[in-house]
Amino acid sequence: MDIARLNINELRLLLDKKEVSVKEVSEYYLDRIDKLNPRLCAYLITTNSNAEKMIDKAQKRIDNKQSLNLTGIPLAIKDNICTEGILTTCASRILYNFIPPYESTATKRLLEQDYILLGKTNLDEFAMGSSTENSAFCVTKNPWDLETVPGGSSGGSAAAVAADMCVAALGSDTGGSIRQPASFCGVVGLKPTYGRVSRYGLVAFASSLDQIGPITKCVKDSAIILKTISGNDASDSTSAPVSVPDYEDSLGRDIKGIRVGIPKEYFIDGMDKEVEKVIKDAINHLISLGAEPIEISLPHTEYAVATYYIIATSEASSNLARFDGVKYGFRRHGKDLMDMYLKTRSEGFGAEVKRRIMLGTYALSSGYYDAYYKKAQEVRTLLKTDFEKAFKNVDLILTPTSPTVAFKIGEKSNNPLQMYLSDIFTISINLAGLPAISIPCGFAHDMPVGLQIIGRYFEEPLILQVAYAYEQSTNWHQKRPILD
Amino acid sequence: MQYEAVIGLEVHAQLSTNTKIFCRCSTNFGSEPNSQTCPVCLGLPGSLPVLNKKAVEFAIKTGLALNSRIASYTRFARKNYFYPDLPKNYQISQYELPICEGGYIEISVDEKPKRINLTRIHLEEDAGKNIHDAKNPFSLVDLNRTGVPLMEIVSEPDIRTPQEASEYMKKLRTILRYIEVCDGNMEQGSLRCDANVSVRPVGQKEFGVKVELKNMNSFKYVEKALEYEIKRQIEILQDGGKIIQETRLFDANSSRTYSMRSKEEAHDYRYFPDPDLVPVIINDEMIQEIMSGLPELPDKKISRFITDYNLTNYDAEILASDKYLAGWFEEVVRCGVNPKTAANWIINELLKFLNEDDKTISDTPIKPQQLANLIRMIEKGVISGKIAKTVFHEMYQTGNEPDAIVTQKGLVQISDTETIQKTIDEILAANPKEVERYKNGETKLLGFFAGQVMKVTKGKANPQMVNEILKKRLS
Repeated sequence: MDIARLNINELRLLLDKKEVSVKEVSEYYLDRIDKLNPRLCAYLITTNSNAEKMIDKAQKRIDNKQSLNLTGIPLAIKDNICTEGILTTCASRILYNFIPPYESTATKRLLEQDYILLGKTNLDEFAMGSSTENSAFCVTKNPWDLETVPGGSSGGSAAAVAADMCVAALGSDTGGSIRQPASFCGVVGLKPTYGRVSRYGLVAFASSLDQIGPITKCVKDSAIILKTISGNDASDSTSAPVSVPDYEDSLGRDIKGIRVGIPKEYFIDGMDKEVEKVIKDAINHLISLGAEPIEISLPHTEYAVATYYIIATSEASSNLARFDGVKYGFRRHGKDLMDMYLKTRSEGFGAEVKRRIMLGTYALSSGYYDAYYKKAQEVRTLLKTDFEKAFKNVDLILTPTSPTVAFKIGEKSNNPLQMYLSDIFTISINLAGLPAISIPCGFAHDMPVGLQIIGRYFEEPLILQVAYAYEQSTNWHQKRPILD
Repeated sequence: MQYEAVIGLEVHAQLSTNTKIFCRCSTNFGSEPNSQTCPVCLGLPGSLPVLNKKAVEFAIKTGLALNSRIASYTRFARKNYFYPDLPKNYQISQYELPICEGGYIEISVDEKPKRINLTRIHLEEDAGKNIHDAKNPFSLVDLNRTGVPLMEIVSEPDIRTPQEASEYMKKLRTILRYIEVCDGNMEQGSLRCDANVSVRPVGQKEFGVKVELKNMNSFKYVEKALEYEIKRQIEILQDGGKIIQETRLFDANSSRTYSMRSKEEAHDYRYFPDPDLVPVIINDEMIQEIMSGLPELPDKKISRFITDYNLTNYDAEILASDKYLAGWFEEVVRCGVNPKTAANWIINELLKFLNEDDKTISDTPIKPQQLANLIRMIEKGVISGKIAKTVFHEMYQTGNEPDAIVTQKGLVQISDTETIQKTIDEILAANPKEVERYKNGETKLLGFFAGQVMKVTKGKANPQMVNEILKKRLS
């Protein structure tokens, strides 16, 4: 038996039947992390010392036959999600020593089931990036090819899942940060509807776009984790007062007659031909399972990237203002207050973060607000309307997750615009606040390709149903990189 | 050339909610530094604000009391600037779509009513406090006040004199205290005021260049700061100079204003809607409910006191200046005593004592029923008005019943003709010279004899009877 390959339910069964103990499973994963992390840098820290307590609690719950879905299941958490008493750095120098005195709502809900926290995973600093190269600490490698990026910003979580360094992980998605790395690493990544999962304790990048979600080895694991972390939260005004369905219920249902929209704007000229072929094959496969394809148009798609980089950076410029060296984190002393601010922030933030703070500050400046921020909000409304219109005729929308497979480390780091374009298919979904999943659907240039399935607000069950149907009739999700 | 000032006030009122505007921390004043904080008001990464419903209710209440339009849809915005007392380095405030727009406050200028129009009322969070100590090469930050709900009430530039400004402030304070949304304590900073001031030649329509004044934490300072600033601006113009648009600080020690920053140094606050908070929808039902809970407001109370109790405008204004004082007065009246007498006792005696002790009506140990009893004892002739003042002082100090004090101290008025006559006769006999002078026309000596009687009876003799009997005996 290879523990590494197990999904949540398989491991659940073994734990509950006492064929393995929580301690054995956890130690197995921690050993594997020790072995692989020096090469992959998926984790920033592991939580060996904290793990012991969690292991005991989980084992007790299992011994008392009170285990829940995630009791004793070892997970990884992206390092921009606050974990009480455990370093949370956002992969930024400015928070290199920040230990939150409180727990995020999402991880609190995992803790209530006594999950095992293996460690905190690497990301682009403050989740700003598409390659995890912007981490202040290390560059995460794609387990499929150590010379390529794992995608980003949840690159550490995606790489950890792909390399079997955890059962599953939490990521966060502001413009594609769960789905794009999931696609690059050949795993499942789900961005829930905005408001589905509480943002309390997620260090904000762009508040109106950020959403926590699962990165898993299979669709069912995403359903299980989503069920656990979802739901209204009194600590987050933007969390939706919408009841949480059992996301496992729709899995296995027939997908005959489900109308899937294929947006013509998402099959663009610059797209990698091999990727395009893989995606078209995937769509054809779904059609063969009974899905009804309908060509649709999302006419404002071309404005999505520009809109996103105004709204996201504007919000970020304000969200990141609190990191000033006064209260916590990195501080560089100066000759006066202003000097301290300037030195702290100049040295504490990396280049990409500073670039975005400057962009956002500019977009919100008096005299420019109307031309940039306000205009971007108007376009955002148009993008939403595009989707609302489309969803009158279709139940789901199918697109590639990214126009390319994972690129080489360093290939785009000097060309921010090129880098920004790798999120071209995922960004609109955040602007509209819709849910979407990326599932493995084949390989191009020997690297994984992800199919994106977009649904209506709070219709994660339908997304999961179709994703599951695809997954169960293919074997892409069982492919693993060779690392040993 | 004659100049006139154009003044608009921005008043910040701390709302007297129990908890802060975006978290559950206490709003208590004067606690151990940084003891009333949590991840939200400390602005820790990942924390999120959740709006205090009470603060919204208080703002609506204020809007209704100040005749404003209540928004059906209102939202919060971030005001971005860096300062160590602002942990997020942005203040959650309101910009577009404030909770209330329009409205007015009526003040009286030379006994005539004048309406000061309001621009808007909005909600925001307070900042913390930086504590600077010359001995240290660093400053300390206390974040207890961070996130205390503030309401900013912005007036139109309708104010013309420092006195009007001070009247406006007083009236606003009275109303806020009436509706119990703010304790109005200027020294503790729960009511703060900034002013925009410009001057222009009388008759000119256009406004002059405005200066923003800050740091005026009493009614007196508001007047003083404005007086100084208006004079300063007029002098500059008369000397052919130009006013610079800037922010100036009032210094109470010198009664002058000093430049703090120029327009060029002014912040670009980069307001934008706060994505962490959802817009607030206010429906008519909510407004109606709050409306029905509004107390009688000062203006209405004053005119009712004048009509119902026949009080002078002056007395009515004093009594209605505080809701509890007005209520106390009406309690006394409800006991069946003459309202004017009750008003006189409260204004001339009770308030005098309270003011001397720097106390308010809620601090007095005297109960309205007790004052009514005292007044009745005068009316029935049990004690004289003069003795009553002694009794009242005792009541103020001890809270004891007036009749108990009178009995205990033997202060019952002597209204027995025989006793008074006897005393008078003794005094007349002891002062033959004065009796002679009186009979020779020096009638003002009546007061001397009366005084002697009072001295002997320790003030207990019924003064009217003393006068009558004296006159009879001396004629």
